[in-house]
Amino acid sequence: MSSANRPLSPHLQIYRWQLTSVLSILHRLTGIFLSLGAVALVWWLFAAAFSDAYFAFVQGLFASLSGKLFLFGWTFSLFYHLANGIRHLLWDVGFGFDLRTTYITGWTVVIAAFALTALAWACTVGL
Amino acid sequence: MSAVIRTAKGGHGFRHWWAQRITAVALIPLSLWLVAGLLAHGGADRAALKAWLADPVPAILMILTVSAALYHAVLGLEEVVVDYVHGSGARIACLILLRLAGAALFAIGIFAVLRISLGA
Repeated sequence: MSSANRPLSPHLQIYRWQLTSVLSILHRLTGIFLSLGAVALVWWLFAAAFSDAYFAFVQGLFASLSGKLFLFGWTFSLFYHLANGIRHLLWDVGFGFDLRTTYITGWTVVIAAFALTALAWACTVGL
Repeated sequence: MSAVIRTAKGGHGFRHWWAQRITAVALIPLSLWLVAGLLAHGGADRAALKAWLADPVPAILMILTVSAALYHAVLGLEEVVVDYVHGSGARIACLILLRLAGAALFAIGIFAVLRISLGA
């Protein structure tokens, strides 16, 4: 078999998804999205430093439906990346490598990300 | 040049890994502070936002948050580039652009916070 044609692993059409790999991919995706969020934060601060009119314009964009969707995605990404990042730091110090603990911490991260996102947006209801 | 080639091959080594961890640890409290701060002041008008950042503590925390977030983002995106951008020319170009974009955003962000805080 030529090396160019051999099957690649993981073979995505028959790959059985697991929590661990999904969370790993999600960590990177949320990280990329958070980088966009950092650009947005700098842009927002720049607008606030610049003028009343430009700040009002940028605030209007964030208050629009697509702006709110972006902020919602940013909040979820932040809490997910934060929780899973703590999981990574625990791995760095040698905690939680066995399969059972990996799944427990994994589901904890998922629940924490959803709960903290819901909490943050619940706080905006009164504003 | 050997350092460039090592970088292009992904051989950042320990310092890259370590800086990513340091900024990660710093961002645990800073990102929570940012969300709380944006919830309290993010929807405010410009005068209220200025009043918030006129206080030295939030201004310094905002500078730290922007710095740590941008540095952490650059380090993470460098990993993505090293994993997915093949060909050393394109890879080095991406890595240079990432660092330059990070530095530019850092300068803009710090300037903005100082201008808001110290009065514009």
